[in-house]
Amino acid sequence: MTTSTLPSKPRSPRRIAFSQTLGRWDIKFSPYLYISPFFLLFAIVGLFPLLYTGYVSLHEWDPIGGQGKFVGFDNFAWVFGQRQFWLALRNTMTIFLLSAVPQIIVAILIAAVLDTNLRAKTFWRMGVLLPYIVMPVAVTLIFSQMFSQDYGFINNLLAHFGMAKIAWHTDVLPSQIAIATMVNFRWTGYNALILLAGMQAIPRDLYESASLDGAGPARRFFSITIPQLRPTLIFVIITATIGGLQIFDEPRLFDTGGLPGGASQQWLTLTVYLYNVGWFQSGKFGHAAAIAWILFLVIVAIGIVNVLITRRIASNEGGHKR
Amino acid sequence: MRPSASGRRFSTASLSRPLSRHHVFFSTLAGYAFAKLRFRGNKGLFIFVIATTAVPTQLGVVPLFIVMSDLGWTGTLGAVIVPSLVTAFGVFWMTQYLSQALPDELVEAGRVDGATMFQTFWYIGFPAARPAAAMLALFTFIATWTNFFWPFIVLNPSDPTLPVALARLQANYFVDYSLVLTGVLLATLPLLVLFIFAGRQLVAGIMQGAVKG
Repeated sequence: MTTSTLPSKPRSPRRIAFSQTLGRWDIKFSPYLYISPFFLLFAIVGLFPLLYTGYVSLHEWDPIGGQGKFVGFDNFAWVFGQRQFWLALRNTMTIFLLSAVPQIIVAILIAAVLDTNLRAKTFWRMGVLLPYIVMPVAVTLIFSQMFSQDYGFINNLLAHFGMAKIAWHTDVLPSQIAIATMVNFRWTGYNALILLAGMQAIPRDLYESASLDGAGPARRFFSITIPQLRPTLIFVIITATIGGLQIFDEPRLFDTGGLPGGASQQWLTLTVYLYNVGWFQSGKFGHAAAIAWILFLVIVAIGIVNVLITRRIASNEGGHKR
Repeated sequence: MRPSASGRRFSTASLSRPLSRHHVFFSTLAGYAFAKLRFRGNKGLFIFVIATTAVPTQLGVVPLFIVMSDLGWTGTLGAVIVPSLVTAFGVFWMTQYLSQALPDELVEAGRVDGATMFQTFWYIGFPAARPAAAMLALFTFIATWTNFFWPFIVLNPSDPTLPVALARLQANYFVDYSLVLTGVLLATLPLLVLFIFAGRQLVAGIMQGAVKG
């Protein structure tokens, strides 16, 4: 706490007036000064690029030569005419579903277990968070090894039990399952903790009165926990959507031989495609910018659909607000 | 030629530490203004801050790269540091914490005692924000340490961050897996050590953020 006191010495009226003005300015402008770094930086690295992406997407653009001629929506037309784009869109959707759906279901179950009276609470909570601190690159390097087709741990295990080996790096669905597994490894525990926090905020007397009315554990879970959890669920689903549709690290590093995304685009996602077009292959920034805008619109659209679905799922007792 | 992993660690370390420090300062400053100071447009601007989190990084990555290469910053750590000096998440986080944890009377008392706005922030707001600031520093550190997409695009292969260097270990026709595994271990170890000491706070931070958010 500061101990500075008001000046007690007599001063000339002029000086007092001046210091008062200074003080007024201080009060008036300081708040804006304090929040200005965020807005300045956002203008430079957020808003400007956003608008500039729109601008670049309407031009020919070369990484070395810079701006070319205005081409209108040709870049978008080019993107929509690419088979790779549609494959990338499909893959982004399927990998997103393969990761988000099991991830959230398992996270709810883990949260429900953590919500019971466990011993060594902190230990278990830290345990489920551990994958979160391992860098995705490292996770991918390890997992793509485990999913290796010839000598990988998982195929060896399958062979051990007399099952056929799975072509994790060649077939579409297996490779996407492998990638979704890496995403889930990192985020399930994190989401479980968020959901756990939501569960602990549910008033306990709701459960007690439900038990008195004869509701079993399953009934209590579906009729109290899930509806009460709605705001947290919406939050988790939205963040999982924004993150899941943008995944890059895992598909980029899943198999590094050849073109990123697989020889026949088995696991090419939109962001990897953006990277391929902008940097890896052709160096066409105009095309890449168009892809960026399309990706953004896809995220917004899916986000809205998600909110609508989530509202519906848990709307029976949606009166609870935080 | 195989790029070695040693020496790359320092790029990541010299990135993560100062970055989380600046990030925390600017975020706390803005969070303090939003939570405790009255000014025109307070609410509207705060909603704007939250809205910006919906804009994905990928959307800006092409022009950001163009800007960085116009500035001659591609390949330098500045290109990685500057875009995340202050983030919407940080501002939101500190605003939420300060509006609960710091009583208005304390700020007013400081003003009555004649402290300037900045003194009030520095001697009253910032100390009060310390627990949340520590958490934010932790999250920033982890995020910077593990970040791949942007550094991968903007940094030179000769001066990468750890994840970028790790990724390159595998990008050869003959992959030396013992080398890859050693790299993975070395890259993960520092965060593991951090996790042992601060994991409890990390868990608490995620759970608190969830309830407030």
